Amino acid sequence: MGSLWLTARLDMAESIRTRWFAVYAFVFGGVVVLLLASGLTDSRVMGFAGLTRLLIVYIQICMAVLPVFVLITTVRSVAGDREAGVFEYLLSLPVPLAAWYWGKMLGRFLVVFAPVFLAMAAAAAWAAARGHEVPWEAFAVSTALLICLAWCFLGIGMAISAVARSPDVATGAAFVVWLVLLLFVDLILLGLMIREHLPPELVVGLALANPLQVFRTASMVLFDPQLMMMGPAAFVILDAFGRTGILIYGLLYPVAVGSLCAALGFAAFRRGDLP
Amino acid sequence: MDQAIERTEMGTRAADAGDTPLLRLDDVCKTFRRTPVLDGVTLDIARGDRIALVGSNGAGKTSLIRCLLGEYTCEGTVTVDGLAPRRHRRRVLERIGFVPQLPPPLGMPVAELVRFATGVSGGDGARVAEVASRLGLDLAAVRRQSFVKLSGGQKQKLLIAIALGRDCDILVMDEPAANLDPQARHIFFALLAEVQDRATMLISSHRLDEVALLVNRVVELDRGQVVLDDHVEDAVELAGTLRCRVRAVRADDAFARALGQWGFTGSGAGLIWDGVVAGPDRLRFLAMLSRYAGLLAGLSLEDDGPKGGPAR
Repeated sequence: MGSLWLTARLDMAESIRTRWFAVYAFVFGGVVVLLLASGLTDSRVMGFAGLTRLLIVYIQICMAVLPVFVLITTVRSVAGDREAGVFEYLLSLPVPLAAWYWGKMLGRFLVVFAPVFLAMAAAAAWAAARGHEVPWEAFAVSTALLICLAWCFLGIGMAISAVARSPDVATGAAFVVWLVLLLFVDLILLGLMIREHLPPELVVGLALANPLQVFRTASMVLFDPQLMMMGPAAFVILDAFGRTGILIYGLLYPVAVGSLCAALGFAAFRRGDLP
Repeated sequence: MDQAIERTEMGTRAADAGDTPLLRLDDVCKTFRRTPVLDGVTLDIARGDRIALVGSNGAGKTSLIRCLLGEYTCEGTVTVDGLAPRRHRRRVLERIGFVPQLPPPLGMPVAELVRFATGVSGGDGARVAEVASRLGLDLAAVRRQSFVKLSGGQKQKLLIAIALGRDCDILVMDEPAANLDPQARHIFFALLAEVQDRATMLISSHRLDEVALLVNRVVELDRGQVVLDDHVEDAVELAGTLRCRVRAVRADDAFARALGQWGFTGSGAGLIWDGVVAGPDRLRFLAMLSRYAGLLAGLSLEDDGPKGGPAR
């Protein structure tokens, strides 16, 4: 446990000094400031008002930005350290490989999630101070969904990073993964497949397998399940699972995917040459 | 040497004495994309051996070290006191202090690196700071500074301090003194002298003269094979010094600067220079002087006995 936490601290100390982290923190902080400054909490659109509306917009932005940011920065983690020659020294110290790998992932997770959460918390505090009603249940579930989404892509990123032999290959692979998952989000390819009369089971199966789609469906269900906003596949899933079922699936499935990918990455990392 | 392996009895000495070698490499092979970098390396290293691992670039020195540290998977057998470094990673690496040739490009603060290194190895930050201080690096002054922004010499001193600031009985060092100034080199040799009774050392270098006087055995690698495994006269005190006087035929700025870097002081209008050279550094010092052979009027080197303090 000591080595795990020491490695997590080390990765945090390393990440916080990098340029990507500054940009990343600026993006999420900036988004919230922008949303607040544009008076989003005061507007009423499609029945959503106050912080609820801000949360909806923020979560949609997170869905677009968080996965690609997490993937691109994480895949350079193991592969980049290997190429830079960091492993030769740090892995000559008596740190267990499991503590090293999972500690890196834990540190990266905290670094990735902190700006997202702090931005949300700042928005909630600002709204409460202004006398707006804060939807605490939606806030808590949204936070949990974002944690699961971040963990999922962190796991995928760690797996790619452990397998790829160079940071460039890892970055390319991460981008392809993100693009494929994005294509299979409801409104894009799945909508097209439904229009082409493909079996609904296949469409729904693909939607359920795509962590991006799962996150999107769960976050939409959290606020107001309407076909117009959710997309066809998500609506079928809602019909089959129900609101609670979708929320539970939306929390568990991304964590399972992330953990499985990270475990596969660890197996590859442990088996091969370290530097 | 027509690839013939020139062996003394060193390799089998430990076995003959009924003592298990501390480090054992048995028919170790490592291949990268069908190119062998280690080709059947067999080596026994006994407790107390101080080995210079020499060879040109690409000879396999770094690969051998990485196999020993369990960082590379390889064919054959590698054991450290009977334990496989990869399988018993923690138990093996707790005993090994490693100084790499190229410092890692770490952006973290120095304090964070020291905390990590001592934390995972059960070391003591105060001891690391003490060794660093002896080498001329004030850890308190650089603790918030990013490791990567330290000078080459400061990085090397810190890595040496981390390796020597804990109780390890095996030191693996890759060109450890390459970035150190003569004063720091002398302290470094003195630090090695302090641990030589309890530590086995493997010092890698591409030039034998850099490390010859630190060791009692030389292993040379060429294209992944051991081509020389020989005993070295072990008469030089690691902490010993030589009093030195250099006389020049005329004053010369470049010559004065070079001697100044070795801590020499000039007199007689720059014609006479006095200083102290660390015992194991004498070949390096003579190599420096050879560049100014035309200026030399006289040279005397006199054994000054072992000293712990810095050369002046």
